[in-house]
Formats: sequence, structure tokens, C-alpha cells
Amino acid sequence: MPEQVRKETAGSQALREIVVLSGKGGTGKTSLCAAWAGLAKRAVVADCDVDAADLALVMTPRPREAHDFYSGVVAAIDPAVCQGCGHCQQQCRFAAISAAADGIRTVTTQACEGCGVCALVCPAAAVALHPRLVGRWMVGDTQVGPLVHARLTPGGENSGRLVTVVRNRARELAVEQGYALRLIDGPPGLGCPVIASCTGADAVVLVTEPSRSGHHDLIRIMALARRLELRCHVIVNRWDLAPELSEAICREALDLGAHVLGTIRYDRGVVAAQLAATNVCAFDTPASDDIRATWSALVHKESLHVM
Amino acid sequence: MTALRLAIASGKGGTGKTTVAVGLALAAHDPVSLLDCDVEEPNIHLFLDGPQLSDNSVYHAVPIIDPARCNACGRCNEVCRFNAVAVPGSAALVFPELCHACGACALVCPAQAIAQANRVIGNVSRHLHHQVMITTGRLEIGQTATPTLIRAVLGHAAAAGLTIIDAPPGTGCAAVAALATADLVVLVTEPTPFGLHDLQLAWSMVRDLERPCVVVVNRCDLGDDRVDDWCAQQDITIVDHLPEDRRLAAAAARGIPATVAVPALSARYADLLARLTQECCHA
Repeated sequence: MPEQVRKETAGSQALREIVVLSGKGGTGKTSLCAAWAGLAKRAVVADCDVDAADLALVMTPRPREAHDFYSGVVAAIDPAVCQGCGHCQQQCRFAAISAAADGIRTVTTQACEGCGVCALVCPAAAVALHPRLVGRWMVGDTQVGPLVHARLTPGGENSGRLVTVVRNRARELAVEQGYALRLIDGPPGLGCPVIASCTGADAVVLVTEPSRSGHHDLIRIMALARRLELRCHVIVNRWDLAPELSEAICREALDLGAHVLGTIRYDRGVVAAQLAATNVCAFDTPASDDIRATWSALVHKESLHVM
Repeated sequence: MTALRLAIASGKGGTGKTTVAVGLALAAHDPVSLLDCDVEEPNIHLFLDGPQLSDNSVYHAVPIIDPARCNACGRCNEVCRFNAVAVPGSAALVFPELCHACGACALVCPAQAIAQANRVIGNVSRHLHHQVMITTGRLEIGQTATPTLIRAVLGHAAAAGLTIIDAPPGTGCAAVAALATADLVVLVTEPTPFGLHDLQLAWSMVRDLERPCVVVVNRCDLGDDRVDDWCAQQDITIVDHLPEDRRLAAAAARGIPATVAVPALSARYADLLARLTQECCHA
């Protein structure tokens, strides 16, 4: 359901939230976010790719706070009470309940949706619903400002709740401490976590690569962004690996109403920067110039207040 | 041959899961089932085309309130764990974007005022590329029932012989759904800080699922030895190191499988498949 774009203000400045997405994984979202944060010099940064959070590896935050995040429930069946009737397994729509040889049912916690249906239908009251530890979220201090990030319990249910917690904390910090810009490193894909990372944002930046997969996935994530009524910017990363494809992608993005921020060349210096745990622009390799150009284009197009 | 499910996964996106899954499928001598479980962004069909055999919508059941029967008792709101049904006035109201389609509300409604309506979450299509039967799940844009659609794709796993599962990236519920029934998980990574970090998370997930696991280091000359060192410490088998190759990157960009772009790789993937099959038997 589309949300109104919220325009909070702190003093006379509009607070902006830019979310970096891609559709396809591995296109360079995290490297770009880290580089842009460095160029912005002052921003609240949030890593919403909670099940594979890498931004902290190059932004190296000094830890400030950490919290366990509990949300929803997970079911557990008491084998001593279970009668083996199987009603729970029958009613579970998430294939989270299985039967042992003796008919006693067990819940596979990683598949459990936390809906409570099994507890509702169990005639023996054998099902308990426990609070679910979804993961941990952290705030650290970096050279540019607070970094909010999280670690989903591996295999954890990721309905976007942990993503929402990270994003909300980033917004609170921005308002409390007077940061005009929030930069969000988003997850790949286009399901729950992606939607949670970008609803109500000012704009999304879609990082793609010049491949048929990148192109295909870009069109799908753009369709989601349009559904959510989000302004779209597109960047083609590693454009020189397939220049004609790169151009075709830019043209189609424009036709679909996106703004093209620019292209970034293939550069092994990007990996060298990552290995050195620093952002690409601080490392200063050929791709840095391209990244700076995309940043200038974004600042201009989104009227970002930057130092 | 007994049924064997080989899942290709990773923590990090873009490491080469689809590349490896396609390479292994093409290297198989016998008919093989290839399942594209990256339902949010399926890509296998871009590499392997062929005549379509079926295309079916996949649904889940969402509640519809009959206002004539609803007495606004609020029982539905009490049991819903997702705040997807409220009773603001004289009848209950469903918020479909919050609904997880679990059926709890319909189960408890004392007035039988809640019916279930099918809502499309995506589709599953099948097509044939030579001896590879490809099943592709494609999530409807805006829908969020990724694991449900993945389970629908997994329903097409071969009853006998080899099934290769191309899993989505990450370590959340989507990846779990794709890997839950795998006989062997192959984690594809790259030798970089992000690659290692996400591999560690993925390995944790696979271990919690109690699936046997091996690693393929792709683009192995890209970074450093950190992945090799960690795998050695953890006693995790690395079954192959695939070098970075700009020819392959350029070919993949155009939707050309690795073994077609560089025919010499066919033998390498055949050998890898043989070793993975052996690994499954020992696990």
C-alpha cells in the first residue's frame, strides 16, 4: 500500500532519506553507500540488509549501543503432552510441522511463521508460543555519523520487522542530532525486507550491472518502486563490461521514468578498497571519479543539503 | 538413481550461484531438474531457454469478511499476530498487505463471517532445455509470500535422479525455505571481506538446518586467502576454486552459460558434479 512521502523537518532543513536497492544481488550497493557516506561527510547511515550486513566492514563503527530484538512468537510442541493427532500439521500453512515415527509433532523453528494456528487447534494444549529472538541491532559511531545496523539470527524469520527497527532508529537519530541526510543500504530482492527498507523514502537509487540478469532484475525492482510511488534513480555499475547493454539499460530506465545518475567503470581497485576496509573514494582508484560524479548528480537532483 | 537434491546458495548476492547451478545442470549426463527458487529475481531462464511446458498461478488464501454475518466480536483481531485484521466499527476489516494468510481468523470466527479467497502470490512455470527441466518461480511484484512460492517450486523436485536448486541470496526465511530439504548445500562465495562475512552467516544458517555443506570459491583470484583460511579452521571442504575470467563475465552478461562460452569448462563442471554427488553419499 503506497504511503505518503513524509517530509520531516529539523529547523529549516528538510530531512532526506535515500535508499539504495538493486533487485539483483552483488551489483555494488554497499560499496557505493560507503563511498557516498564519505562524500556526504555528515549523514546517518543504516544497513538494512539485515541478513547479510556488510557496511560495518568498511565503515568500521565504534560500538555505542546494542539491543536484542524480539518480535512475534515461535511455536514449540511439548512431546510429553502431544497426542499425535496431527491437527497442527494439517492446519499449518508454512510446512513448519513434521511428524516423528511415533506421531509426535515437532516445529521446525526456522520455518515457523509465528501465526499461532497450531496452538489454536491443538486439543491437548501441547503448543507453547515463545517470544522470538529475531536478531540484534546496533548503533556505532563513524567518521560521518551514526551507523545503525543489525544482525538477523541466521535462518531467522525476516518479515521486515528488524529492517523497520533499524530504519526507525536511523530516523530518530537524524532528528535528535540534526542530520539532514539518511543513507540506507538496502537488501537484494524485492520482498518483505526490501519493502520495509523503502516505503515512504524520498527516493531510491537502483544500482544495476550491464547483464541480462541485472537488466531483468532492474525492471522488476523498478516496478516495485513505482507501486510504492518512489522516485527512482539508476546507476549502471561496471558499465564497461558490456557497453551496449549498459546503454540499453539506461535508455529503458529513462523510458520508464527513472533518472539516470551515471555509470561507474569496472575497477579492481573497488575490491582493493574493501580489502583495506576503507571506502572506494578514500582509497582513490579510477572508479572514485565515477562515484563522485554520481554523488554530485544525486545531490543536485535531490537538492541534498551537504557540507 | 535415488533422488538427490543439491542446493546452490550463498550469503552474499552476486557470487555466482546461478552461474554454478546452470553449469552443473548442463554438465549432468542424465536428465536433471533445475529449480529457480530465487523467486523475487529469477534468472535461470535468461541462460537456458526452451519450449514452455506449463505456467500456473500460485495462490494463498486470504480472509474476506462478510459484513452481514460479522458481529464485531473482535475475536479475529485477538488471534491475529500480524495486526492484519481490526474491528474499527461495526464489522471487521482486513489489511491485506499485513496479512500472512495463516487462516487463524477464519478458524476462530464464531459467526462464520470469514471466508477465504485465493490471492495470487506469483506463478510457477516449467520449460525444457535439452535434458534440463527448469522450474521457475516468479513472485508477483508487491507480494511478500516468498517462502510459500519457493515451497511451490520445490514441489517440482525430481522424484528420482538429480535436482539442482538455485537458492536466493541471504540467510533469512527465503534462503531457509529453499535449503530446508537439500541433501547437500553448496555455498558459493568470493574471497573478499563481504564474501567471507556473509559465508560465515550462511554457514551458521545451514548448520542450524542440519544440512551438509561445502564451499565453492568463485572469482578466487579476486581477493585474498581469508576464505580459504576460515574454511580450513572450520574444517569445511572447499570443492573448487573458480578463477575470475572476464570472458565469462562478458558471456554471462549476455546470458551465455559458462560452459558454452568456454567449452573447456564442461569437463571441470562435470568433475565438480561428480565430486558433489560423492559428497552427498558420504554425508
